[in-house]
Amino acid sequence: MATVSAPVRRDIRETRVRRFFWRMWRERSAYLFIAPGVIVFSVFTLAALVFAFYLTFHRWSIIEPEKPYVGLTNYDDMLHDERFVQSVLNTVYFTGASVPLTMIIGLGLALLLNQPIRGRAIFRTAYYLPVVTPFVVSALLWKWLYNGQYGLFNYYLLQGHIIDEPLLWLSDKNLAMPSVVLMSVWSGVGFSMVVYLAGLQAIPAELYESATLDGAGTLRRIRYVTIPLLRPTTLFLLVIGIISSLQVFTQIFVMTSGGPVNKTTTMVYYMYLWAFKYYDMGYASTLAFALFAMLLVFTALQLRLFRGSEDV
Amino acid sequence: MTGLTEEPTVLKLAAEAELPGPRGPGGPFGRRSAPEGPPPERERVTLRAKLLTYLVLAPVAILFVAPFVWLISASLQPIGTIFQNPPTWIPDDPTLSGYKGFLDVGHLTGAQEAQGHGDWRWFVNSAFVSVTITVLQTFFNALCAYTFAKRKFPGRNVIFVLFLGTMMVPGQVTLIPNYIIIQHIPFFGGNDWMGTGGHGWLDSYWGLIMPGVVSAFGIFLLRQYMVSIPDELLDAARIDGASEFRIFWSVILPLCTPALAANAIFTFQGAWEDFFWPLIILSSPDKITAPVGLALFVVQNKTSWNLLFAGSVIATLPMIVVFMIFQRHFIKGIAMTGIKG
Repeated sequence: MATVSAPVRRDIRETRVRRFFWRMWRERSAYLFIAPGVIVFSVFTLAALVFAFYLTFHRWSIIEPEKPYVGLTNYDDMLHDERFVQSVLNTVYFTGASVPLTMIIGLGLALLLNQPIRGRAIFRTAYYLPVVTPFVVSALLWKWLYNGQYGLFNYYLLQGHIIDEPLLWLSDKNLAMPSVVLMSVWSGVGFSMVVYLAGLQAIPAELYESATLDGAGTLRRIRYVTIPLLRPTTLFLLVIGIISSLQVFTQIFVMTSGGPVNKTTTMVYYMYLWAFKYYDMGYASTLAFALFAMLLVFTALQLRLFRGSEDV
Repeated sequence: MTGLTEEPTVLKLAAEAELPGPRGPGGPFGRRSAPEGPPPERERVTLRAKLLTYLVLAPVAILFVAPFVWLISASLQPIGTIFQNPPTWIPDDPTLSGYKGFLDVGHLTGAQEAQGHGDWRWFVNSAFVSVTITVLQTFFNALCAYTFAKRKFPGRNVIFVLFLGTMMVPGQVTLIPNYIIIQHIPFFGGNDWMGTGGHGWLDSYWGLIMPGVVSAFGIFLLRQYMVSIPDELLDAARIDGASEFRIFWSVILPLCTPALAANAIFTFQGAWEDFFWPLIILSSPDKITAPVGLALFVVQNKTSWNLLFAGSVIATLPMIVVFMIFQRHFIKGIAMTGIKG
C-alpha cells in the first residue's frame, strides 16, 4: 500500500501546488487591485506596529545618534513613574465621567424627540451642531467661555448669584477635569442622541401597545421595553465612547496643556510629551502600548459582559 | 470568515444599530425618510406631556446653540467689545476686521502683524489635503472592498482578516513609529536611497496624505455593501468582454454611490478635523492645516481673540455645508449599509 500511495500523494500535492499558482496567476488583477491598499497598510499599520514594539525595548531619541537596546527598562520605568500612574487615573476619571453622561443625556433627548411633537427637526439639528463642529474649534470656544475674567460662564453664574466670586475653571485643580468633561459631553451628546433615535425607531410599536394593555405607564414602558431593546445600541455607544475617550488629546492640548499640576494630563497627552517634548520615542511607545493594553482589556470586558447577559 | 477579533463584533453592532461609525449622523435626520415617527396609536400625546417635553428640550437646545451664537457674534465684533462685561450678544457695530485680519487681507495693525496673525493658507492647505485624502481613500477603499467582496483569490481571507484585526489598534500606537517611518522615506526631502540624511515626508503634504490613503474601517463598510450586489451582473459584464477594472468602474461603482458618498463624507470630516498627526509632522507655517493653526494661534497669541473667532467660524463652515448638502444622500447610504450588516 505504502509504495503505491506515496507517489500518488506527491502527485496530488504537485497538482495542488500547480493549481494554487495557476489560480494566483489567473486572478492576478485581484492582487493588482489590492496592491495600493496592502502596501500603504503594510507600511503604516503592520510595519509601524512591529516597529513600535521594537522601540519599547530601546532608548530611542530622535536627536541622538545612539539608540541602545535597554531590555525591559522602559516597562520598569513606566511602572515606577508617578506621572504615568496619575495620567492613567486622569484618563479613567475622564472616561468614567464623560461616557455615561453623554449616553444618558443622549438617551433622554432621544426619548423626548421620539414623540410626535412639532419642531423635532430643529431640535435635532441644534443638538447635533456641536458634533459637526471641528473639535479644535469647540475646544477653543469653550476655553474662552471658561475664561476667569471675561468668560460667559462666570458672568452668568455671578449674575444668577449661583457663585459669589469668579471661578478659575481650567486653572483650578479641582475644577479643571470636570470642565473638560463638560465640554466633551457637550460635543458628544448629539452623536449618541442620533444613534439612540435610530435604535428607538427600530423598536416595533406592538411591544408598546401590549405593554400599555398590560397597564404599564410611561416610565415602566421605558424601563422594561425601551431600555432592554436598546441594548445593542447602548453597547455600541459604550464601546465606541470608551475607545475614543481613552484616547482624549485635543481638548487637553488646547484647553489645559495637561495642567494645573498634571491634573488633566491624560495618557495620550503624556505620551505626546515624552515623544515630542522630551524626544524619547522608546518610552513614549511603551506608554502607547499601555494604552493599547487598556483598550483591549476594556473592550474584551464589555463584549464578555454583553455576551454573558445575552445568553441568559 | 473565521478567527475574527473582537472588533468586527463591534462593527456588526454598528451595522445592527444602523450606523456608520464614530461621529456620523444617522438615519433620523432624513426628514422625508419613510417610516418616521411613532405609529398612530401613540399619536395622541397629552398636552401636559407635550409641555413638559418642550420645557426640557428648549432650554437644552439653547444651551447647545448659545456658544455658536456667541462665536458668530464675537467674530463680528472689534476686539474691545469681546473683552467686555456684560457680554455683547448683538454687536452694535458689526465689523469684518476679525475676518480681514485673519485672512490677511486689508490693512493690519502693527500689533496684529507682530503677533503673527492667522493665514488664509491654513484653509487652502486643509482643503487641499482633505479633498485629496477623500478622493484617494474613497477610490482605493472601493477597489480593495470590491476585490475582497467579489474576487476569489488565494490569500484573500488571510489578508482581509489582517486588515480587520488591526482596526482595533489605536492611532496613537502607530503614531510614533509612523513619525520615524515618514522621516526615513527614501529619495524624499533630501533622503538618500537608504532613507537617511534628510527629513523625508516630514513637514510635507505627502506625509499628511499617504497614511490616509486607505482605511480598514471604510473597506469593511464598503465590502459589506458590495457583497449584496448579485454576481450575475458581474458575470454578464464579463461575458460581454469587460475587463476587471471596467467591471469595477462601470458596474460596481455606480451601484455603490450611497455607500461611497457616506465613506467620502466621513473621510472628509475626519481629514478636515484631524489634529494630532498634522500637529506633530508639520513645522513650517505655510504648510499647517486649519485646526493646527487655530490651536497654535491660541497657545501663542493670548489676545487676538477676534481673529481667532473669525478663523473658527471659517473652519466650521465647510463642515456645516457638507453636512447640509449631503444629509439625505448620506442617510440613504447608512440605511443600506446598515441593513446589509
